[in-house]
Amino acid sequence: MFSTVKELIDICNTENKPIWQVMLEAEMEVSGRSEDQILEQMNRNLDIMEEAVNRGIHEDIKSHSGLTGGDAKKIRKYMEENRFLSGFTILDAVSKAVATNEVNSAMGTIVATPTAGSCGIVPGTLFAVAPKLNASRDQMVHFLFTAGAMGYIIANNAFISGATGGCQAEVGSATAMAASAIVEMAGGTPEQSADALSIAMKNLLGLVCDPIAGLVEVPCVKRNAMGAAIAMVAADMALAGIKSVIPADEVILAMYRIGCSMPNTLKETALGGLAATPTGRALETKIFGRPSE
Amino acid sequence: MKYQSVFDIIGPIMIGPSSSHTAGAARIGRLSRTLFGKEPVKAVITFYGSFAKTFKGHGTDVAIIGGILGFDTFDNRIVDSFAIAKDLGMEIEIKVSEEEVDHPNTARIKLFNHQYSFEVVGISIGGGKVEVVEVNGFKVRLTGEYPTLLVLHEDRFGMISAVSNTLSRFEINIGHMEVSRKARGKQSLMIIETDQIPSDDIKEEIERIPYVLNVSFISP
Repeated sequence: MFSTVKELIDICNTENKPIWQVMLEAEMEVSGRSEDQILEQMNRNLDIMEEAVNRGIHEDIKSHSGLTGGDAKKIRKYMEENRFLSGFTILDAVSKAVATNEVNSAMGTIVATPTAGSCGIVPGTLFAVAPKLNASRDQMVHFLFTAGAMGYIIANNAFISGATGGCQAEVGSATAMAASAIVEMAGGTPEQSADALSIAMKNLLGLVCDPIAGLVEVPCVKRNAMGAAIAMVAADMALAGIKSVIPADEVILAMYRIGCSMPNTLKETALGGLAATPTGRALETKIFGRPSE
Repeated sequence: MKYQSVFDIIGPIMIGPSSSHTAGAARIGRLSRTLFGKEPVKAVITFYGSFAKTFKGHGTDVAIIGGILGFDTFDNRIVDSFAIAKDLGMEIEIKVSEEEVDHPNTARIKLFNHQYSFEVVGISIGGGKVEVVEVNGFKVRLTGEYPTLLVLHEDRFGMISAVSNTLSRFEINIGHMEVSRKARGKQSLMIIETDQIPSDDIKEEIERIPYVLNVSFISP
């Protein structure tokens, strides 16, 4: 099994295999399960992701607190009116990321990728890039193995939850995972996947976890939207041949060290950042009757 | 390696909104029920750290009770777990603690039936993964990912051989084993990871060994 991005890329190059295949074979070895069983489980995850995306862009979703819901539909309507500036595929990814996160905030069923707070970015970009590239269902499943391989390395060398490493660990990991998987689906090399990971993660370093009232809603949903957009642009930059000056494994360790030196008030405790703004505190009082501090 | 499987990263399938606070909490609750091995009539749950600060917003209380009721992370009934527990006559008490803990997402669950109580401390380490770090005051490290037998017993001569003989008679191989006790002659806990999944018969047989107080089993 690989434990760093460098090891993973070396295996890909030596054995002439894409990242998804290395991850799949490692999973077979670790779990002792057959290729069919593992692919079936990942297909099931893909089904659940598709259901959440569809719910979010078609249904009227509203969270219990009333803080979030309905924004994915707004983006779809805006796209239909053909007024958008940033590009169809990016907005497609953004709307589908928001859709997934709105379903999550409303206690709907989602797949944690790598966590629930960051569950929009991987499926959001996947369900935008796959139609753009005419990807098959199998390729969509492969996308999840590639994203999973990168997430596996990040989780074991740093962290993936806001409570332990801030939002850079949560939305940052998901964005980096998505960026590298987009590159592979678009035909990039394993090195380009690693560059996309680095470019994406570097731009989310230091991001604090400061949810209003401690809910996985504000700013989480919009951070998933931006994570999807960053993943798309990072993938395009890597595919254009742009290298990351700092290698992927060093970016991941930088993320880890930043997370360790972040105060607890900025790690999902709702004690700092946006949660501690006057409006954040007022919303908290409105929802729970009292602020947490 | 804390994370071993691609499905630790792409997964679990779960009810939102938080993998640490909702899915992880449901798994801690479910592990505590499995370890208790009986139908609880009362549950006292204490939240620490980030769990204490934000449990209401994440539905951590709802999820942990769902887990105590035996629901998995993707079970829609989690949303209604308070009402379901009430219908079953289960008494629930939620507490928060300011005490410093090693991990930001920590919950202590004490389960009761009419004769017996059992206490578990669990941590949610991210992405829905959890560890049980304390069972009835014994420091442990259980992930629920391997078949594990827990035998709580009085500290007497021959206990280990009595249990291991029973397992060997049923052709259950021991992969890893730990024994810990609070003090000589007091309660001890055997934690036995097995290669095969022990049947209910085996559990009952071990329960019949003199001085065995409780036997529970978790399977992946």
